[in-house]
Order: sequence, then structure tokens, then C-alpha cells
Amino acid sequence: MRLIDEFRDAALIAGLRARLAGSSIPPARLMEVCGTHTMAIAHYGIRSLLPPQVKLVSGPGCPVCVTHQRDIDAFISLADLPNIVLTTFGDMLRVPGSNGSLEARRAQGADVRVVYSPMDAVRIAQAEPHRQVVFLGIGFETTAPTVAASLLEAWALGLRNFTVLSAHKLIPPALRMLATAPDLRIDGFILPGHVSAITGLEPYRFLVDECRKPCVVTGFEPLDLAQGISMLLAHLGDGEPALDIQYSRVVRPEGNAKAREVVDRVFEPTDAAWRGMGVLPDSGLAIRPRFAELDAAKRFAGQLQHVDAHEPPGCLCGCILKGAAEPSDCQLFGTRCTPASPVGPCMVSSEGTCAAHYRYLR
Amino acid sequence: MESTVLLAHGGGGSLMGELIRQVFTSRFGDPLLLAADDAADLGPVGGRLAFTTDAFVVHPIFFPGGDIGKLSVCGTVNDLAAQGAVPLFLSVAFVLEEGLPMADLERVARSIAEAASAAGVRIVAGDTKVVPRGKADRLFITTSGVGRIADGVSVSGSGVKPGDAILINGTVGDHGTAVMLARDSLGISVDVESDCAPLAALGRAVHHIGPALHAMRDPTRGGVAAAVNELASQSAVAIELEEEAVPVHPQVKVACELLGLDPLYVANEGKMLLAVSPEAADDALAALKRHPLGSNAAIIGRALDGPPGRVSVRTPLGTTRRLDLPPGEQLPRIC
Repeated sequence: MRLIDEFRDAALIAGLRARLAGSSIPPARLMEVCGTHTMAIAHYGIRSLLPPQVKLVSGPGCPVCVTHQRDIDAFISLADLPNIVLTTFGDMLRVPGSNGSLEARRAQGADVRVVYSPMDAVRIAQAEPHRQVVFLGIGFETTAPTVAASLLEAWALGLRNFTVLSAHKLIPPALRMLATAPDLRIDGFILPGHVSAITGLEPYRFLVDECRKPCVVTGFEPLDLAQGISMLLAHLGDGEPALDIQYSRVVRPEGNAKAREVVDRVFEPTDAAWRGMGVLPDSGLAIRPRFAELDAAKRFAGQLQHVDAHEPPGCLCGCILKGAAEPSDCQLFGTRCTPASPVGPCMVSSEGTCAAHYRYLR
Repeated sequence: MESTVLLAHGGGGSLMGELIRQVFTSRFGDPLLLAADDAADLGPVGGRLAFTTDAFVVHPIFFPGGDIGKLSVCGTVNDLAAQGAVPLFLSVAFVLEEGLPMADLERVARSIAEAASAAGVRIVAGDTKVVPRGKADRLFITTSGVGRIADGVSVSGSGVKPGDAILINGTVGDHGTAVMLARDSLGISVDVESDCAPLAALGRAVHHIGPALHAMRDPTRGGVAAAVNELASQSAVAIELEEEAVPVHPQVKVACELLGLDPLYVANEGKMLLAVSPEAADDALAALKRHPLGSNAAIIGRALDGPPGRVSVRTPLGTTRRLDLPPGEQLPRIC
């Protein structure tokens, strides 16, 4: 298949592998901060192509996983309100809250529907004007533009029965925390391909200028990953941190200004709580007051329950999201916590680090 | 006849009699069915019998390459074939939703008749129930089947031996992809047809290797990944697949890339996995390839000593990854 097979070419990868096996490769801990990278690295067995002194560490790349337990509980509590249609991407369905999951609520009769796009949720609101349709807004810079567009669409249609509960997160503030945390010892970052297609390079500049960490925006095919890692190692080798794009067939240095403009019209930055990383300044997106009528956090303010949010006992998701622990460090991994019966979100989401390790690397 | 199914069509009265005559028995036409007794007298059958049952709730009921009727025959026929059996008799039970267009029911009945005839199986028993609108989604079908296990053939999910070659009769993931794309919500237009087909004759084509045929399984829900995992656990062997050797239709590859799915996990309805002694593998492959439903057959992997139950995939890059049992329903109502 054109545009896919070329990037899985065994001969080209063998060439890169030979280069990566060279004796001059410095020891390095490289972090990927995109769940799709985490999955692709596990799926293609990229770790086994690297010399032993190069370690790949997974970061907070899965939107469902980084969502704070408080927010998960609030989402789930919405399902219990009368006359609600709760719409969500499929990944949220099985995430355990402090008190059950959306999947369990659905089985008990709550109207929880999986949609492929927030626009589908707008269509449901149009078709069922007497029901309150809420979309659970989870995701990074890649998802936020389509959610913003759906809010603008609902606004233009004058829909009064469509709201979004926004728990969107922004990647650069999390990178700042990770790059400056003394205990994590990250030497370089494999930057996300699709997030960067929106943001462009500018928001990452501090990683090089202030934190002196090389960064390469990388694609998702095996050849992309091998080349991105090779570029990072070259920068580490010559001691000169740089901000590069490997994924140049998709990402432009200036990013996608139009998508950012749509996001900016609807959302404003806000402090946000991340699972395992605490509250990071300006790391979330809140719906602007002008669109308050479409903000589920405002419309259902009195009814959202933040039960006594607690992390499941023994679950290391918080540490795994920072690269401070590997799934195999968690005593629940593969025993009490499996994809069929997940304890923490990293095992549920199709992009979660634990799910990737369980699926491909055991 | 009415243009839609009414509750009265399931009431046991004259409307039901009319429905059964005009829609079902006229098409199925087997003397045992026409006898209209409470149970079919199958007479002396002889040999070792295999018996299986399957329920079908696919949505949508019509999809490229098939429909719920064809599927309901193929599903049960293929389960019999996977046991090394030649299918003989089938029962078909319908749960119909009030308001189902009669034309849809007739189309489904026609498909059932065609598929049964293609599979060489006789429909000898049936039942029809109607439930109020909203209590079912259009129609659900349950089929049960009896077959005679071929002489000299003894296959079982626990029969895979270390060293066995793992074969498949063609491309993987066609059915699941076709059904998924037939649901209009995805907005992807890729030309994919379900592989839904009865595999009784294909099964017979490899019976001649006799004791060298160790196991067969039709990789339906959960795809090849689920079926191979089941075989590996039941037989306490490891199985390694060669990713490059697994045939995937180019359009299925495109659709799966777009949807983020691995074709190895996507359902099939016209595929059979075989575990065969290494010395008989070429013979079995040639026999599959001679059959019209096996022209893309391939040897896709082999069984290893252990660890028991472990399934892995060798990628074209020379790396290996685990191929795990899918945790749950990725795509509800695929069959």
C-alpha cells in the first residue's frame, strides 16, 4: 500500500538498525509523549532494534490516562442524571471511576453512546431536541479543534441541549514538568506527530533553549520511529540540543494556525489536574465564558459529583505516566490488572502504556 | 400477504401458517420440513456425529457480500466443517421484530435457501417468533446443525502439536471490515466484501491427509488472533505467525489502517485455520489452493514447543510481538 509500505520497509530499517548499533551511541533515556507512539513502538518491537544503552520511556501520551480521577468520576456521575445522553469516544467507556465505569452505567440503563466525532454528538442533539446531549471532551491539541468546531456548530444552530464537559489537556506544560523533574532524567523527547501538526514547533522551543533537551517531532511508522530516534541520538552525540522534525510529510514548523484559531475562539487555557502529575499551570482548556451555555461544567455545576476521588490502591498509573515506573514495576500488572479487568486507566485505553506492554511485550 | 411482519404472524394461527408456507417452506422445500411434524425424523444416520448451534444478531442485516441469512447458514456449517464433519441437517429459528418489511424477510429466506444448497445441507426444522417493535432489532436467527465426521479424520482444538504448520485458506478481516463499513456512521467508503461462505467442501478437500490434520478452527469473532490463541491454549503449545505471510486484501488493509485496527483481530466468516503436521503441509496447501475458496491460501505460521498458550507474531522488521487474546467485544454485533 503506497504511503504505508514504504515506511515499513525491512531493508531501510535494517540500515538504520546498523547505524543505531554503532559503538559511538551514547547512553540515553528517550521519552515518547504520545500514546500512538507508545503503541507503535510496542507493536513493531522497536525497543529490540535499539542498543542496550538506549532506553525508551513512555510519558503522559494517553488522554484518557492523564485525566484525573476527579474528572473521571464527574463524567460518570453525569450518566446518572435524568434525561441525559452521554456521548464519548470509545476509550472512556471502560475506565474505572471510584465507583464503577460508564460501561457499567450503560448496562444499568444509562444512555451512554460511543461516537467517532463530536459532530456526531451534535447530530444526536439535533435529532433528539428534548434530551440533554453531553460530549465528554478528552484529548490533546489534536482533538480540541474538532471539539471546538462542534461547539461552534451547536452555537450557530442555536442548540440549547448540547454541552461539552471539557477536560482537554495541553502537551507543552506537561513536557516542562517532565524535562525539569530531577528524578526522571530524560535526555531527549520523541515529540508527538499529530499534536505538533497543530501546535508547530514554537511551544517546544523552551525544551531546547532552557532545558537543553534535544527534541524530534516523529511519525508513527517503524521507519519514522527508527529515524527519529537516530536523529535524537545524533544530537545527543554532538552535544548540541536541537528541535527537529522527522515527520515532515505531515508537520510544518508553523503548525496549523487555522485549527489553533478555532480552539482559541472557544477555549481558554486553565490550570488542570493531571493524574500522577498534579495541577500544572495553563495545561488545560476551559470553555470561554461567552459559550458558557454550552459548558456542561456550568450547566450541571450543582449536579456533578466528585465522589471521594481516590486512585485505586496499589495502582502505579501515576508514576508510569511520568516515566518514573515501568508497567512491570507494578504489582497489579498482568495479575489483578488486565485489559479484561483493568484497575487503572493505563490498562484500559488503547493507547495506554500498560495496555501496550500487556498486549505486545509480555 | 401483509407487507410487514405483524405480531399475529407469531401467534400460531392462520397468519403464521401463511407466513411459514409462503416465506419459508416454499423456499426451503425439504420433505422433512414439509412433513410439518413437531420434530424431524432423521432416520438412521450412522458414523460419528457432530452437533453445534449459533445465534446471529448482525447489524446491519444486509452487508456487501452477504446478509444475516447467508451468515446464519455459513456460521453453523463452518463450525461443523471445523470439526471435520460433513454437514447434513440444519434447524433455523427466527426472532422477528414486529414491523420488519416482509420483503426483507423474503430476501433473508432466499439467502438461507441458497447458502444451504451451496453447502449441501438440508433444512429440516424451524421456528418463528415475533416480538413487539423495539424488543428486537429487525431479526435474529439461531441455527443448529448436525454433521457426520469424515472417516479417518479426528480434529480437535487440543490437537495441535509442536512443529505443526498453521494454514489459512485466504485473506483475513474481510467480514468484520465489510460489516463495519456498512454501518453508515463511519463515513469511510472502501470497497470491501464479506468473505461469508460455507466451507464444507473446502474442509472435505483436506480430509485426505487424515491423521496429519490435527486441528481446524473458523476464525470468526476476535479474528485470527482469538482463534490462534484458543488453539495454543487448548493444545498447550506456542504458536508463532509470520506477519508477512498472512494474506490481507489491500482494501481491508486500507480500512484497518484508517480505523486503527489490526486485521488479525477482525472477524472472518469464510475462513478456516488448519494445524497440519509439517510433512503434510504442502499437500494441504495445494489442496486448499485448488478449491475456489482457497486460492489465496497460505502457510502463516507454526506451532512451537512452548511456552504453552503463547502466541507471537514475527514482523517484517525481524522483531517479535505478542498476539494476545482480544479482551472484549471490539465491534458489537458483527455476526
